[in-house]
Amino acid sequence: MNKRDFLKGMILFFPAGGLLEMAANAAAKETAATDAAGAQPAAKGAPAASAYNGDKHYYGMGIEIDKCIGCSRCVEACKAENDVPQEPFYFRTWIERYVITKDHGVIVESINVKGKAAKETPQEDRDVIRTFFVPKLCNHCIHPPCVQVCPVGATFSTKDGVVLVDSERCVGCRYCIQACPYGARYLHPKTRTADKCNFCYHRVVKGLLPACVEVCPTQARIFGDLKSKASRLTRFYRMNKIHVLKPALNTEPKVYYAGLDGEVR
Amino acid sequence: MRLPEQIKRLGLVVGVLVAAVLVGRFAVIPRSLVATELHQATTVAREIAKPMKFAGTAACQDCHDDVSIKKAKGYHKNLSCEGCHGPAAKHAEDPSSGKPAAPRDRKSCPVCHIYDASRPTGFPQINPTSHNPLKPCITCHNPHDPVPPKVPQECSACHGQIERTKAVSSHALLACTTCHKVPPLHKTAPRSALPSKPETREFCGACHGKGAPQKDAPKVDVSAHGGRFQCWQCHYPHLPEGRG
Repeated sequence: MNKRDFLKGMILFFPAGGLLEMAANAAAKETAATDAAGAQPAAKGAPAASAYNGDKHYYGMGIEIDKCIGCSRCVEACKAENDVPQEPFYFRTWIERYVITKDHGVIVESINVKGKAAKETPQEDRDVIRTFFVPKLCNHCIHPPCVQVCPVGATFSTKDGVVLVDSERCVGCRYCIQACPYGARYLHPKTRTADKCNFCYHRVVKGLLPACVEVCPTQARIFGDLKSKASRLTRFYRMNKIHVLKPALNTEPKVYYAGLDGEVR
Repeated sequence: MRLPEQIKRLGLVVGVLVAAVLVGRFAVIPRSLVATELHQATTVAREIAKPMKFAGTAACQDCHDDVSIKKAKGYHKNLSCEGCHGPAAKHAEDPSSGKPAAPRDRKSCPVCHIYDASRPTGFPQINPTSHNPLKPCITCHNPHDPVPPKVPQECSACHGQIERTKAVSSHALLACTTCHKVPPLHKTAPRSALPSKPETREFCGACHGKGAPQKDAPKVDVSAHGGRFQCWQCHYPHLPEGRG
């Protein structure tokens, strides 16, 4: 195509697009009017989702470190629910084991490799001062750096406080993956777009719990609505000493940790 | 004041260009190309439309009320059905589409209950090589109400971490009951009756005080050593720091 053809095409394309949209809008208005007049009964299951009002919610998660047993059931459930690739290195949520040793060393490992045997060497326990698990996921920051850096506006915060990725707009430039201070994003190997935890948005709007919270056997994960006065999260937030990851970055995470150790980064 | 002809013409050209840009931006280019709220609404709608794999415990209770009543009384009352049985939204939608998996071997339960030093103390943890080897867990424990078939005789059944730490410490040969009095109820309802802990410095002094009969125990002057603090505020009895 030469320049002349291109310009000609442009002159035709944009006005045509505008006209088409006008026509589509007019058609939509008409169908809406007929729908209202016909008063069709809504499909089964639809009312719950359509009655959902994002303005009335603001979601967050609480994590109680002292309750996590590191069983990885949340990781498996997340992968099953959200079609996250089974291979290691692709995680929307993961669990880290922290071991703080006598020489002030901090050993951090991701424990999500299936079937990996627990440590069977009590002799090593002599050098361990304390050890615990830390579940991690997207913090759904109030000021998300990933949203700021996205060059095409593909990632954004919803009204109910969830950071989503528009997989059809994402160009896979990986800038957000670099920008996230929590390492919560990865590039999905099939779609070649950025992917991350979305609090199981499709479940939450229907009043269900995110998959990881649903299966957590010790209630180490707590999901809830910060705008509600009687949600599990509000109570968790009131009853515990709360800390967030990397508060100095002013990202204002909405994943709140109780009993978080100072060594956790 | 008379404007020169060339300024008027230039003004006309600029005016036409500005008008063309404004018309182009706001009238000609379709809104769906530039409106962020439309993109975001489409994304939200696409996310909401994603299929669910986990039905949620409430959905299971609708049909399996016998199991859920049993489970609600036991230690596993807070567990989700799908935590062990796997995602079952398909089964909840259409029960004839196949049964969710039921783990009956020795692999599933240890995912939570194998000993791991990083787990919180007091969480029931076993050593699968010594705990009834090769027997499937469900021969003795009903997973919906996992009461041990017989009351555990040894403390390590639940307190594996303390047991293992103690095993490599100078107190390895002491029984737990040397220092703790365990009410019988503690074995059947652990949280309703807690074992006692030594409360005085003299308790440790019975072995570690000057003139105590134990030959190999390090001796201190209990009345002076450590001032007003209790022994365990510095020494962890299950792994006394005194010896490397």
